[in-house]
Amino acid sequence: MAAEEVTLSSHIQHHLTNAKMCSTDTGLAFNKACADSGFWTWHIDTLAWSIGLGLVFLWIFRSAASKSTTGVPGKFQCFIEMIVESVGDNVRDTYHGNSKLIAPLALTIFVWVFLMNLMDLIPVDFLPAFAGFVGESAFGMDSHDVYMKIVPTTDINLTAALAIGVFILMIGYSIKMKGIGGFIAELTLHPFSSNNKMVQILLIPFNLLLETIALVTKPFSLALRLFGNLYAGELIFILIGAVGLMQLPLHFIWACLHLLVIWLQAFVFMMLTVVYLSMASSNNSH
Amino acid sequence: MNLNATLIGELIAFTVFVLFCMKYVWPPLNGAIEARQKKIEDGLAASDKAEQELERVRLEAAEQLTEAKSQAADIIEQAKKRAALIVDEETTRGQQEREKIIAQGHSEIDSERSRVTEDLRKQVATLAVVGAEKILEREINQAAHSDIVEKLVAEL
Repeated sequence: MAAEEVTLSSHIQHHLTNAKMCSTDTGLAFNKACADSGFWTWHIDTLAWSIGLGLVFLWIFRSAASKSTTGVPGKFQCFIEMIVESVGDNVRDTYHGNSKLIAPLALTIFVWVFLMNLMDLIPVDFLPAFAGFVGESAFGMDSHDVYMKIVPTTDINLTAALAIGVFILMIGYSIKMKGIGGFIAELTLHPFSSNNKMVQILLIPFNLLLETIALVTKPFSLALRLFGNLYAGELIFILIGAVGLMQLPLHFIWACLHLLVIWLQAFVFMMLTVVYLSMASSNNSH
Repeated sequence: MNLNATLIGELIAFTVFVLFCMKYVWPPLNGAIEARQKKIEDGLAASDKAEQELERVRLEAAEQLTEAKSQAADIIEQAKKRAALIVDEETTRGQQEREKIIAQGHSEIDSERSRVTEDLRKQVATLAVVGAEKILEREINQAAHSDIVEKLVAEL
């Protein structure tokens, strides 16, 4: 074990630090060596877990899809189809256009985010401690230098990436449905409008400011909501894990509550994505 | 919480996942669901139709049964009438036959009786002649007295 004293705050800090990778002058470097590498740092634990879970999602659903028949479905197929159908119903209720992208996008977001949130229910020390053990015995590292954050949605980079993806689609749909002129008009001629041309021109800066803020807050709210909920949940799991035997009932209660949170956050992210895209595609969004 | 290159990696991963889902996951699953819904809808419609058809056929069968029953009753009625007719006819014919047989018997008896009477007469005549011969102890000229004998016989 490490020479330095393990305090509660250092324990928590350790749990909340991602495994980093960056390239330096001498080749690839990891973790503490990357402290100064700035933007070009990769959180390899976030990437590995999220991509791994994404592949699990695609593998499960693809195997159901390749075996799907119109006859009597098996139990596995029923389960998968239940998810697909409920997502499809939600999308149909909210998005009234005709799009081949929205429903699979919603399904991907829902299941992928749900799986990543689900990692929160694995006891907080299991996988990091296992990773530390592997790092120490196989690579001769100090187990305190092995970082492993297994819930990708507690990394702002992942939630921001999802939100930016949705944001790009929002702008894309706006331009596709209303044209560039229509999109600019939406940003500049609302919410204040006037019949007088001069007054209208004067109002444009205000409108642009307000509408831009309204537009940009959408991805921000998406990214921060998911990140904040899961980060806070994870933090409380770590705190509960540090209080000795009392953690058992506390952990149970918090995990029960979290069963709701992980599902709800995935659902909220999906629904808001659909709602935002629906607003972007409709002509009179205000 | 600092944004770094992970963002780009996740954005690429997100795009790839969504595209894969859009191409290989959503269409077959949703297609299967919709195809099955269509199939169930068709099946329900067919079952409704079959039920109506069944009801129709049942009514038709009941109608045919009633008709068959009335026909059967008619036939039985006719058969009874015919049977009565035959019995009547046969009775009449039997009666006639009987009368004919009786009449025949009567005539046979009559002719027999007249034949027997004739025989008896002849025998009586002979006997009478023989008796008379015996009484007279002489031969009577049969030819000369035959009218007497004839008269005698006729009186018998």
